[in-house]
Amino acid sequence: MSFPWAKQYAPKHPVMQWVDDRLPLPRFVYNAVGAGYPVPRNLNYFWNFGVLAGVALVCQIVTGIVLAMHFHSSAEGAFASVNGTIMRDVNAGWFLRFAHANGASMFFIVVYTHIARGLYYGSYKPPREMVWLLGVVIFLLLMATAFMGYVLPWGQMSFWGAQVITGFFSAIPVVGEWIRVWLLGGYAPDDAALNRFFSLHYLLPFVIAAVVILHIWALHIPGSSNPTGVEVKGEQDTVPFHPYYTAKDGLGLVIFLIVFSLLIFFAPDMLGHPDNYIEANPLSTPAHIVPEWYFLPFYAILKSFTFDFIIPAKLWGVLAMFGSILLMFFLPWLDKSPVRSANYRPMYRICFWILILDVFVLGYVGGAEPIPGNVILGQIASIYYFAHFLIIVPIISRLERPKPLPNSITEAVLKGESGSSISETAVSA
Amino acid sequence: MATLDQAVPPEGAAGAEGESLENPRRRDWLQYAAVSFGAVGAGVVVLPLVNSMNPSADVLALSTTEVDLSAIEPGQAIKTTFRKQPLFVRNLTTEEIAQANEVPLSALRDPETLAERTKEGHENWLITLGVCTHLGCVPLGAGEGENKGPFGGYFCPCHGSAYDTAARIRQGPAPTNLVVPEYEFTSDTTVMVG
Repeated sequence: MSFPWAKQYAPKHPVMQWVDDRLPLPRFVYNAVGAGYPVPRNLNYFWNFGVLAGVALVCQIVTGIVLAMHFHSSAEGAFASVNGTIMRDVNAGWFLRFAHANGASMFFIVVYTHIARGLYYGSYKPPREMVWLLGVVIFLLLMATAFMGYVLPWGQMSFWGAQVITGFFSAIPVVGEWIRVWLLGGYAPDDAALNRFFSLHYLLPFVIAAVVILHIWALHIPGSSNPTGVEVKGEQDTVPFHPYYTAKDGLGLVIFLIVFSLLIFFAPDMLGHPDNYIEANPLSTPAHIVPEWYFLPFYAILKSFTFDFIIPAKLWGVLAMFGSILLMFFLPWLDKSPVRSANYRPMYRICFWILILDVFVLGYVGGAEPIPGNVILGQIASIYYFAHFLIIVPIISRLERPKPLPNSITEAVLKGESGSSISETAVSA
Repeated sequence: MATLDQAVPPEGAAGAEGESLENPRRRDWLQYAAVSFGAVGAGVVVLPLVNSMNPSADVLALSTTEVDLSAIEPGQAIKTTFRKQPLFVRNLTTEEIAQANEVPLSALRDPETLAERTKEGHENWLITLGVCTHLGCVPLGAGEGENKGPFGGYFCPCHGSAYDTAARIRQGPAPTNLVVPEYEFTSDTTVMVG
């Protein structure tokens, strides 16, 4: 622990003392999420979303394990087991199914907010690059898991989603078709594909949980970032995680659960697609096939490549779509600005908000019909997305003149004033 | 683990251990051999794990389909399945054949003549997979009254790929023509696909 003033674990009960002497697990928990972890005192509510993502993961694992007790993973039985047995017959099955399905949406809402927080406050900058990189890995695993879960009910969107997403791999030159057939275990989605997706949908959440542990571990070495982007200077800048942030996260959690409950009980199908209540039909594609809402921005990037340029349009689309996420791995080295928080970066702040707007535009285009106007809008939005990370951010990180930073977190909190010495408080890369 | 330096015996002990110490590289070789052998072993174990995901025997057993053509009138098409994928079988009219032959190869993204896409003597039988080569949707146009798109063949509703009367890609994001599977005429009115 890099904070010498962090409270030390001192078990009061002899049993805890006995355990601590043999396996210091209580001490580990105390230092990770207890009073032994000092956290900047100025965190705002955007810092709730890490804990909320953890809660969402636990919700998905628990409801998922229970649903797997009633699910039949076969092309004949999957649709009936989900829409018949689970929804009608299993005790509270309808609740578990809607909780799991909407839980995925809540997970993505929380994770997108979490990522946007990191982008705004420069949480990816030194010394927290590893936290960011592990986060991108979690995000990729999360998308793979959510995709395979959506296939399991074997509705029309499930089937054609599986066909399209495994079709991405057939864009790879030479070995692509072979990879596609290998992924599906056949020439089109069928029993083999459904069964392996079930197996992997069960496995990946535990891989995610393991990477989350690394994510938290990596975070706890430098400690949490904060809205000023100024590093902790001393004890006066921090408060212990427990009870201060456990309480604050608790409030955030209550709000999260209220929204989650509203979705489950009053609008369980709002975020889903009605076509997935039609059983998979391998001979007929729904006229308007769209992915789940949380994939729409990436789907828009995929769709935006409509013309061949050296390599086929299809391959461009697939490369661009995967590239739009893999790009995130390089962000800590694309943004060279020594100032973390966008609060003190006037130019970056504008570009950040344009990027957020851009992602919403991509989301709209992803779900809209591919008429010419939408295609052009999608192309412009896709270009901006890549330009933001590859051109704008590297350039403004050199050109921009940041506003003066506060001298310390405490000063920012108590006076609300800014100091003057940028060099003293900026990132030491 | 002993490094090369450590493997050199102390003064006076030279030769006591025989040739291995006179030539310490022999021990390195043992190490390489052991690690290589381990890597081969690991590869051999991974292979069946990966290969188990390839199509199983029961899936491969579906590899051929026989189609009876006798009931398909000129201008009509049927949808059937081949390897669990949709298969379009179309009896082209003479106008459609003429229309397909009119198109210069230079106007095509994936140049192929109609003759190359059909069997000699059976130019009117266009047999293709009903799988859009973009991302795998089933194009419209085989069913009665379905939108055949601007080129009179097939039209994929997912991203607007349009195919002509020889099922060649003419417009939209799909990179290649609809795939013609391997098939042969077993009689004048039946084909064996696969």
